[in-house]
Amino acid sequence: MIEIRWHGRGGQGAKTGALFLAEAAIEEGKYSQGFPEYGPERMGAPMKGFTRIDDKPIKVHCEVANPQVVIVLDTTLLEVVDVCEGLKKDGILLVNTPQDPSRIRQKLNISGRKVYTVDANGISIKEIGKAIPNTPMIGAFIRATGLLRPETIYEDIRRKFGKKFDQRITEGNIRAIKRAYEEVKGE
Amino acid sequence: MGKIVALTGNDAAGTAMIQIRPDVVAAFPITPQTELMHKFAEAVADGDVDTEFVSVESEHSAMSAAIGASAAGARVMTATAANGFALMWEVVYIAASYRLPIVMTLVNRALSGPINIHCDHSDSMGGRDAGWIQLHSENSQEVYDNLIQGVKIAENRDVLLPVMVTSDGFILSHTLERMEILDNQGVQDFVGENHPQHTLLDVDHPITFGPLDLPDYYFEHKRQQVLAMEKAKGVILEVGREFKKLSGRDYWLFEEYQMEGAERAIVALGSTAGTVKETVDALREKGEKVGLIKLRVFRPFPKEELVEALKGIKALVVLDRSNSFGGFGGPLFTEIRSTLYGSGLSFEVLNYIYGLGGRNISLKEIEGVYSDLKEVIETSKVKERINYLGVRE
Repeated sequence: MIEIRWHGRGGQGAKTGALFLAEAAIEEGKYSQGFPEYGPERMGAPMKGFTRIDDKPIKVHCEVANPQVVIVLDTTLLEVVDVCEGLKKDGILLVNTPQDPSRIRQKLNISGRKVYTVDANGISIKEIGKAIPNTPMIGAFIRATGLLRPETIYEDIRRKFGKKFDQRITEGNIRAIKRAYEEVKGE
Repeated sequence: MGKIVALTGNDAAGTAMIQIRPDVVAAFPITPQTELMHKFAEAVADGDVDTEFVSVESEHSAMSAAIGASAAGARVMTATAANGFALMWEVVYIAASYRLPIVMTLVNRALSGPINIHCDHSDSMGGRDAGWIQLHSENSQEVYDNLIQGVKIAENRDVLLPVMVTSDGFILSHTLERMEILDNQGVQDFVGENHPQHTLLDVDHPITFGPLDLPDYYFEHKRQQVLAMEKAKGVILEVGREFKKLSGRDYWLFEEYQMEGAERAIVALGSTAGTVKETVDALREKGEKVGLIKLRVFRPFPKEELVEALKGIKALVVLDRSNSFGGFGGPLFTEIRSTLYGSGLSFEVLNYIYGLGGRNISLKEIEGVYSDLKEVIETSKVKERINYLGVRE
């Protein structure tokens, strides 16, 4: 079972991302859970989301203690939250930042593990028109982990966003995911 | 055949309600039940269901409206949580004593105070003696399946009791999971049409609901509620068998997980049962003889069946996600220990109260509980009968 922890600030889509990823995994025939950590959420406050993905039914309903992957939507959180807490020795840290993975590794004093970075804010501003980092981060996630097919994500976005937004936003999100998939750097 | 979907516990319950298409739903929003009613109210607004949706000003009114509609012969559902359920309390008893087959989802949440929106079972346990059938759920699938079965159990003429289906707040209600839903027609055929025998609107056969019932008859009416609960057990099993034909999924009074040859066992309710199963799997791999009983039907309480299932074990822990302050352990512990007394079984039974106000219970903690049981068996000594798991002392 792969366990993923999302760190974001209220309004950045950590919850939506966690649930979106779970839904995509289920569409690929996998078992999955997506859930947020509910506290006194408000715009801008640090919050967490969780996704579990497995090939067999998932029984556990406790918190994720040792994630395989940690996704950070906001670099300002690196100073206030221990984003690597419980992260497995061979785990992956994926951060939304224009900086290189080596800089993040150095900053957080991370040994071992894999560090990936992608400028999800920059990409989403250009492709969607505002900073919505969660969708491009999914593109970077599937590249970094090899879990899930990009096509599943595109279909999901078209189906879900198609109902709510105009085509410009839907296609902008898909371009953002594609770019993040291409541009993510890891070491 | 069913369809694989990704739903939260709230959306699963909302979907079941949409497919059941009750005549009347009366509800008031409260976290973490709110999204459940959003889902259902949306279906009403979109014209997907022709339910009469009554937006009321409080939970007391929600249950009162449900009672009125049910007495008039309608199929009625509602949902609430914690303090909303507490506000209903007076009329919750009345629903049962009028023998009205109302089906309600209770999204478990801690009762204030201090204010807490997270999961524990203090709300459902507060309604323990109200005369409602209680079906507990481990995951979204069971919330959905229990609701569909609940309608059929409640409306059975030998039962005619309201049914409460629980869903652990946030842990299930706000967690998206993989599950399987049935097609609309399948659900409609399964629940069938509601043909109540006695209704307020049947003017050719006038009856009275809720008259003054003094010492001359009140006791007899309470005795009849007891008999209805006793009959409910058989009906729950019958409906479970029928549901298996439709869904392929097994439902009984409780689930025995790895109880074959188990020496140490845990009894648990709700989503924690899943976390215990994961621990059992890990310990079984190491050759440890551990098992779990996941109680589904808390009311009527399956006493004889539990005694049968616990034969052969050497020590037992009952997990309670609620407490009885000043009492002898949590409500589930008290009942199970009392069931075992005089049954001929004589192993030690310990109580672990956990998860109040949504406090997480980890795999490591459950493993610790099994290891405590090992010590009890080896030393024949119980250090503490009533324990608090995961609390700072």
